[in-house]
Amino acid sequence: MSVTLDIRLKRANKVYHEGEAVTGVIVLVCKEALQHHGITLNMEGLVNLQLSSKSVGVFEAFYNSVKPIQLISSNIEVAKAGKIPGGKTEIPFEFPLQTKGNKVLYETYHGVFVNIQYTLRCDMKRSLLAKDLSRNCEFIVHCQPQKAKVVPTAVNFTITPDTLQNIRDRNVLPKFLIRGHLDATNCVISQPLTGEVVVENSDVPVKSIELQLVRVETCGCAEGYARDATEIQNIQIAEGDVCHGLSIPIYMVFPRLFTCPTLETTNFKVEFEVNVVIVLHDDHLITENFPLKLCRV
Amino acid sequence: MAAVQWRSRGRNYDAELQRCRPEAALVEFGDYHPLKPIMVTDTKTRRGARKGSTSSSSSSSSSAPADPLSSMLDGTDPLSMFAAASATEAPAMTHSSSTGDLGRKRREKEEEAVGLDFEHWSSKRGEILARFTTTEKLSINLFMGSDRGKALSPGSSAVSEKVRTRLEELDDLEEGSQRELLNLSQQDYANRIEELNQSLKEAWASDQKVKALKIVIQCSKLLSDTSVIQFYPSKFVLITDILDTFGRLVYDRIWTMCSDPRPLPDGFTVEDVNDTAKETCLNWFFKIASIRELLPRLYVEAAILKCNRFLNKSGIQETLPRLTAMIRGIGDPLVAAYTRAYLCRVGMEVAPHLKDSLNRNFFDLLGTFRQISAESVQNQLVLQRVEVPEYLTLYSPAINWILQCIAYRAPEPLLTEMMERCKTLGNNALLLNSVMRAFRPEFVAARATDFISMIKECDESGFPKHLLFGSLGRSLACADPPESERLTILNEAWKVITKVRSPQDYVNCAEIWVEFTCRHFTKREVNTVLADIIKHMTPDRAFEDAYPQLQSVIRKILTYLHDFSVLFSMERFLPFLDMFQKDSVRVEVCKSIMEVFIRHQVELTRDPVILNAMLHICKTMHDSVNALTLEDEKRSLALLIIGFIRMVSFGRDFEQQLSFCVEARATFCNLEPVLVQLIHTVNQLAMETLRVMRGSHSRKTAAFVRACAAYSFITIPSLSSIFSRLSLYLLSGQVALANQCLSQSDAFLQAAVSVLPEVPRSISVEGKLRSSESFLLDFINNFLATLLVVPDHPEHGVLYLVRGLLNMVQDYTWEDNSDAKVRVYVSALPVLAAMSQETYLYSIPKVDSNETLYGGDPKFLSEINKLCETLIGQILDHLKALGRDEQNPRRQGALAFSLFGVLLAHGDLRNNKLSQLAVNLWNLSHKHGFCETRISVRTLEFIKHQAQQPDMAHLSDTVQRLALQSRT
Repeated sequence: MSVTLDIRLKRANKVYHEGEAVTGVIVLVCKEALQHHGITLNMEGLVNLQLSSKSVGVFEAFYNSVKPIQLISSNIEVAKAGKIPGGKTEIPFEFPLQTKGNKVLYETYHGVFVNIQYTLRCDMKRSLLAKDLSRNCEFIVHCQPQKAKVVPTAVNFTITPDTLQNIRDRNVLPKFLIRGHLDATNCVISQPLTGEVVVENSDVPVKSIELQLVRVETCGCAEGYARDATEIQNIQIAEGDVCHGLSIPIYMVFPRLFTCPTLETTNFKVEFEVNVVIVLHDDHLITENFPLKLCRV
Repeated sequence: MAAVQWRSRGRNYDAELQRCRPEAALVEFGDYHPLKPIMVTDTKTRRGARKGSTSSSSSSSSSAPADPLSSMLDGTDPLSMFAAASATEAPAMTHSSSTGDLGRKRREKEEEAVGLDFEHWSSKRGEILARFTTTEKLSINLFMGSDRGKALSPGSSAVSEKVRTRLEELDDLEEGSQRELLNLSQQDYANRIEELNQSLKEAWASDQKVKALKIVIQCSKLLSDTSVIQFYPSKFVLITDILDTFGRLVYDRIWTMCSDPRPLPDGFTVEDVNDTAKETCLNWFFKIASIRELLPRLYVEAAILKCNRFLNKSGIQETLPRLTAMIRGIGDPLVAAYTRAYLCRVGMEVAPHLKDSLNRNFFDLLGTFRQISAESVQNQLVLQRVEVPEYLTLYSPAINWILQCIAYRAPEPLLTEMMERCKTLGNNALLLNSVMRAFRPEFVAARATDFISMIKECDESGFPKHLLFGSLGRSLACADPPESERLTILNEAWKVITKVRSPQDYVNCAEIWVEFTCRHFTKREVNTVLADIIKHMTPDRAFEDAYPQLQSVIRKILTYLHDFSVLFSMERFLPFLDMFQKDSVRVEVCKSIMEVFIRHQVELTRDPVILNAMLHICKTMHDSVNALTLEDEKRSLALLIIGFIRMVSFGRDFEQQLSFCVEARATFCNLEPVLVQLIHTVNQLAMETLRVMRGSHSRKTAAFVRACAAYSFITIPSLSSIFSRLSLYLLSGQVALANQCLSQSDAFLQAAVSVLPEVPRSISVEGKLRSSESFLLDFINNFLATLLVVPDHPEHGVLYLVRGLLNMVQDYTWEDNSDAKVRVYVSALPVLAAMSQETYLYSIPKVDSNETLYGGDPKFLSEINKLCETLIGQILDHLKALGRDEQNPRRQGALAFSLFGVLLAHGDLRNNKLSQLAVNLWNLSHKHGFCETRISVRTLEFIKHQAQQPDMAHLSDTVQRLALQSRT
């Protein structure tokens, strides 16, 4: 006897804001009538913190302290023990997305060391002989738009051999002059990162110009913290020996789920940076780093 | 033995004819009559008739005969009515209905649709594939495990279930799916790409969207590979096919997602799209935005550009400039140029009104032009051993396409600006070439002298000048430059063309300019051009490799020069034809000349120049016929030659015409239809002579007519088709008779009779074997009718030919179980009856038929009667034989009835025996009840009617004895 359990949210994009109601239906499809011991629906919002392997040794002492932080949790009984008729049954539900106390609903974020996730879990208890059924469904929370106006301020940059830091031998460097600007470093998350880069001249041909989006996650507590930077995505904006003096657009869409508005709490921080990476034909790698501040308007 | 006695009924043909004339009846004006002018009263209101000019057709009655076809089509034709109807429906389905909005929508629609005059990509496709080929080995490098997958899997712990399954799917593909295919020939490569196209469709159909996307990404990545650079344009064509497929698939899928409950209208807006569809669409764009490499990201986003329509109104408008700018990041100029071409192509398809990004693309292209001479490109060329001119031609499809998009319906000032920009770039030959090819021919033609000076100035090294002149020529072939400049243009151009060394390059260019020359100049210039071509193409038999171009030269000349006397008086035309030395090509050229000749030569001609040349051409065609030539080919050749023969006329100079026919016969002996035509021509010639002499020949013309007869007489036996021989004998016999050549006519008819036994029992008609019986019966009846007027030969006996014919009929091996022989006998009776009249039904002027020869001699009449009696005896025997055989009552009845009919019409039924015979035949035909009662009743009515005529009263007795079958 087969039965399928599914949760369907009303919104196609599954995006909800604080204060709204998460609505949807539980869909049960079975061929014959089905006996069960109750169906429950559980909504939970969690922040999972994980320590990177390289920092585990140092912080082993307070390993236990990084347990998940619960942001929201509520439970309802959808149906009491009983029978479901054969065919397709839809049970509507509605959860208010409201926090208790002074907790804040952070925006959904899938990272490496920090994960902020909201799920709906539907459980159907059944008799001893049959397995319990369970179904998970993630929904996405966008935080409330920021009140303050975002004023974009352009950031200009010029890269020459002289502007570079941490190089061993400045003499082996080929000559180059790369200029450009980012239209803003305080970016609206739903809008792309834009700007321009111009290779004014370069002795060695350019092989590739890339935009590297980096997340900087910091986990910690009173005793100390771990800060890790990892790549989210790498977007190539120029390939091959580009025409000198011609401005090449910088354009990157912030990926959903993997980015969120820059977040700073007592236990963890999520920040973003972008690197403009220029690879020369002799495999010299020139990087210019820009911290970003993401926000939602 | 003489069981019956035949007496022919005396006939008065004139009186009968008078009786048969219908009485003139007046038709009342208002009455219905099929031939009266049709009155059209059209009260339909047409839905589609929205144009003011046609709305007058609401109610009209025309007194002039209206053509039913044109009346159907006046106003709007059904197809445009549909179009109009859908145009009215479309806005009605959207929510807005205010008139201003409606008008705006329509305007938008007009802007959006690319007109028919835009040359579509599909037409360029084949050309590029055919032009850019290589013999080098190619390789396809597919990393199915793409970087994109890695980029999307940053956290392994907390990804949602859906994402995880997706990633697993990716991992599956990753294993061992990195494959590099080496050493592919060009064809293999194309096949591989087609395979990928198929697997894309399959993946899509089986809901593996991720795999589909990966295939597309991998394919577009191949476009960044410029090894085997000569093949790059073709590679671009093949791979963009896949991208197009992908774009279509994505668009269609999202479209179907919102087509529930009813399909989206064509001009849908964002509000009509449901959330799920929008989300799916957005998903695609996010996925594509995270593709690591630049080129695939650009191509794939361009491929699904159209999907922006689902998301927001201005999406396409914003995306196009952005993608245009992003192309600047592509370092390789060739790759960038083609990416631009693709973007323009998609842009033209999706939003043709957005011209700005097209222009932007072109200006960027100009801006990066110096890249071509940059070090990295030069190094690559050295490495691949490709010369600069060849490398530059690789750009032309892309640049041509971009310029074509820009030039499409572009205002003049824009084009002028483009031209100026090219000039500032030092008259770059490559650009100049593309400008000339893409811009409107009228535009180019008006500035032809400017262009020529620009061509002269631009530097020789990169791009060969003959290609530039070729492009210019192509424009000038469609549009006319100012009159005063034409000769200078031709001179300037030809000066360059004639210096081109390679025969292939030369002929390619010359072929184009021939059209310009033919359009505007006289035969003198065309002749010069032809002479130049001959001079270039003859050394080393270079023409052998250039047949298509040379053929095209001929075609172009024929399009403009229809006066064949001018054409053939060009000294160099026939020598030019001599260059076609391969048989098949030569025949083809001759055929095309002949076709034009037949179509355009209106007047008959005797011009010796034309005749000689045409005879030469026809002879060439004729001589190509051999044992292996197909029937169809022979037929079409014969038709063309016949067309020529029909155009030849020497006017009053009949003898010359005859001698032409003699010559033609000798020349075209292998094509039977031509010989048949020649015989017809000669017969016609004889009749024409008769007409000119007003019916009486002089000694000279009589001799000429006999010569004509002799011509036919000796030509006919060479035909293999027996029926053409028979009918030509008969026809020529008739012509000879009409021309008072009695002995010749006798000879023809005798020959016909003597050929009769050779007629096979079955002949092949259109490839199928058919019985020849019906053809033979037709012929014999026709023959018999002619025999009425043929006078007897003084030395042979009475009715020599009739007897001869009947003997042949008797001896002929007819099909078993066939009544054909007897049917001939039945149909011979009326002729014999007609012969026994005092005045014959018809006669030939100046020829004495038997009526005058014998003057109703009783001996002659009794001879006829005897013959009739024999025939009737034979028929009756046959009827008896049929009667014995119980299976054939139907045949017996029909035959008896037809004999009855003959007796009734031609026999003298006052004779008791004959009338008794008639009654018997009537009874016999009704015995088995196979007679159609309707016919019987009508026959009886006819007889009753006849009986009322004077001299026919006896018929009423006969009628009494004819019993009608009961109708049970």
